[in-house]
Amino acid sequence: MSNDIKPRIELKGITKAFPGVLANDAVSFKVEPGEIHALLGENGAGKSTLVKMIYGIMQPDAGEIVWDGEPVMVANPKAARKMGVGMVFQHFSLFEAMTVLENIALGMDGSISQSQLEAKIREVLHTYDLNLDPHRVVSTLSVGERQRIEIVRALLLEPQLLIMDEPTSVLTPQEVGQLFETLRRLSKTGCSILYISHKLHEIRDLCNAATILRGGKVVGECDPRRETPKSMAEMMIGGNLKQISKAASREFGDDRFIADGLTIAGEGDFGVALDDICFAVRAGEIFGIAGVAGNGQNELLLALSGEKPSSPADAIRLDSHAIAAMDAVGRRSLGLCSVPEERNGHGAVVDFSLTDNTILTARDRMDLTSNGIVHGGAATAFAGKIIDDFSVMTTGPGSLAGSLSGGNLQKFIMGREILQNPDVLIVSQPTWGVDAGAAAAIHQALVDLAENGSAILVISQDLDELLALCDRLAVINEGRLSKTLNVGEATIDEIGLLMGGVHGDPFATAEMTEAVHAH
Amino acid sequence: MLIELEKRKEPSKAMLYLTPIIAVVATMLAGAIIFSLIGHDGIGAVRKIFLAPLLDTYKWQDLGVKAAPLILIGVGLAIGFRANVWNIGAEGQYIMGGLAGTGVALATWGMTGWWILPLMCIAGIAGGAAYAGIPAFLKTRLNVNEILSSLMLTYVAIQVLYYLMRGPWKDPDGFNFPQTRLFTDDQILPTVIPGTVVHLGVPLAFVVAVAAWFVLSRSVFGFQIRVVGAAPAAARYGGFNTNRTIWAALLAGGGLAGFAGILEAAGPFGQMVPQFPTGYGFTAIIVAFLGRLHPIGIVLAGIILAVTYVGGELAQSSIGLPAAATGVFQAMMLFFLLATDVLVKYRIKFASPAKAGDAA
Repeated sequence: MSNDIKPRIELKGITKAFPGVLANDAVSFKVEPGEIHALLGENGAGKSTLVKMIYGIMQPDAGEIVWDGEPVMVANPKAARKMGVGMVFQHFSLFEAMTVLENIALGMDGSISQSQLEAKIREVLHTYDLNLDPHRVVSTLSVGERQRIEIVRALLLEPQLLIMDEPTSVLTPQEVGQLFETLRRLSKTGCSILYISHKLHEIRDLCNAATILRGGKVVGECDPRRETPKSMAEMMIGGNLKQISKAASREFGDDRFIADGLTIAGEGDFGVALDDICFAVRAGEIFGIAGVAGNGQNELLLALSGEKPSSPADAIRLDSHAIAAMDAVGRRSLGLCSVPEERNGHGAVVDFSLTDNTILTARDRMDLTSNGIVHGGAATAFAGKIIDDFSVMTTGPGSLAGSLSGGNLQKFIMGREILQNPDVLIVSQPTWGVDAGAAAAIHQALVDLAENGSAILVISQDLDELLALCDRLAVINEGRLSKTLNVGEATIDEIGLLMGGVHGDPFATAEMTEAVHAH
Repeated sequence: MLIELEKRKEPSKAMLYLTPIIAVVATMLAGAIIFSLIGHDGIGAVRKIFLAPLLDTYKWQDLGVKAAPLILIGVGLAIGFRANVWNIGAEGQYIMGGLAGTGVALATWGMTGWWILPLMCIAGIAGGAAYAGIPAFLKTRLNVNEILSSLMLTYVAIQVLYYLMRGPWKDPDGFNFPQTRLFTDDQILPTVIPGTVVHLGVPLAFVVAVAAWFVLSRSVFGFQIRVVGAAPAAARYGGFNTNRTIWAALLAGGGLAGFAGILEAAGPFGQMVPQFPTGYGFTAIIVAFLGRLHPIGIVLAGIILAVTYVGGELAQSSIGLPAAATGVFQAMMLFFLLATDVLVKYRIKFASPAKAGDAA
């Protein structure tokens, strides 16, 4: 980039405060034309607030946005789009029952005839070599295809700046590869891309500049191509990243936690049926279940944890006990603890104190109650022990669970289950939305628990996490579980194909294989 | 100019306790203004309704008698409300409890023994609980909204009362008046303070409130009620059965309303009459919220609402305020309480249209 070209967008001293928190504190950086610029930071670092101001959803309290050399005031998203800013959100806004074309037509600011719009869509699809049928109904599309609709929607406006908020969290590795191809092509046309993510490998692959935010402030800039994921992570958390220490040679005991033909009918219109799930987790082993969101992970967790008992009773076994028909209390007394994906309102009650939150799941195993009466002192002591052992940042056992940051609450929940010394621990998304420092602590705690002979099942969409943590893994797709793979031997491509569901759909297989080769 | 409500990060604890007081004061002010505007002595009305019953020691016994059923029903409703079970048919459960106890009284009429009164009370609790069991069954089996079913059953209960008073339970020696026989001495609640109307039900209401406080704050059952209301998914995760909680909450609410019913029948009424439903079951909803769904708060709120009942009667006789005035004041209190609650949780923000834009 030569210096005489004006930056596409420049932020000068952007500040935004919410009640009780300064989300952005004098943030300044610029994005050059054609640049793929990463916005890096832990959860709560202020990335989303910042892009919401660029896209006109919020207005800064102070500071200036300069667009192509001109100071601008972005009053609302419509004004942003007019200026040339496009945005692809993490969560799609699509009507399931309508076609791709209808969905795009609904999102257009001006009026345009169906046939004209279709011609324009096909042109965009052709230019960027995207595969999407405008007449397909959205409910029949995969998550990657749905994201393509959002991208096409943004590209139709011929944006000068495209903002992508955590775009890969729902994609398979192959779909990520395709997305990156599209983005590179787009940047070659001169369109700038502001890419928000905390996946450091991807940022290294894709981006040619990065701004790092911590606590609402810019703490550094770098060229991701010259950094390692570790060095970037350390800039994000502002400290040293601890590596998981895992004994090289580990011995596993007998099968401890077994699913044997677990089959459950889907509930409602969007529930996924579980079809003949079989796996066995050995004592001392960490077993992973990979998969793209919405392929039956939630249903599997509820069935395994006991929130939704099922039959026949021996479809789930803990040691020699048939437990599928038991409720969560019964399973816990046998030594099975679990941590759901959603922290707020599922893993913990946000309006309750941490002390009260220990009673939620630890009341029997930790003797926090007797004869139906709660022992406040014992519960407070246990909450205090969790806070100490897992370095939970809080004012004490009496503070409300909702007052903790996501990472700290997750540490508390993990600590509550791990300190109950379970024989089997089921964890869904253990580090979802958790900062790198807390994630490392949680991973280490899981490894330590396994070394004491517990069987651990980790359900996660984060493949990097599973590969780092697990001894073996299987992939769930549309409620079916793949064969078990040894982590040392499985390749990312192989797992990616299973995540995309190669079994049964020849067209998808061909497409996927092609994508793998292109990648 | 746009008015927006912005959620406060953490609502002030002090304000949470202050809002009931603010609501009461605002009710007095607004009441004084409104009744002055429509040609009454507004300030006099407020003084009669809110202060006279407190200043006149002779009226304290009436406060206790009026507060007792309000506290009993309010505590029962609070248990349900905490679990997000919206039983608003306490009036019907109160009637059915009264009727069930009266049934025992009529069946044991002419008998003597200490066991009669406890049996009437048990029947009253069972009657109210059974009647609340209908919405519980409909909710857990057929997912029928308990707000509608419990409310509508109240009107069924009133018709059952009228039928029994005019038909099977009519006093044979009562000159065809639609009412039951007078209860006998063994069927009437004893007065606890000689020379007053304060009957055994009054101290019982306070005992129940304290017991409920202990159960809600210290027992696993109380924890279950709170967690089901605050986070149903977390309750399932913790191993608490939602349907069982709905049953428990409705049975507790119905049982206490039924208990209040038989205490009224065997206390102030001394028989069953068609005028038995006096709206305690609905007023208790205000009591429960004014008391912040906390049993001790409900005791205080019950006394405040009892003041408005007693004061309303005083104002009727002394300054000729209409009977409906009491209801107006009680409703205003709930209105101001809910309004101040919103302001505790949210702050009002005035935003210029340009800034707010079409951000949605």
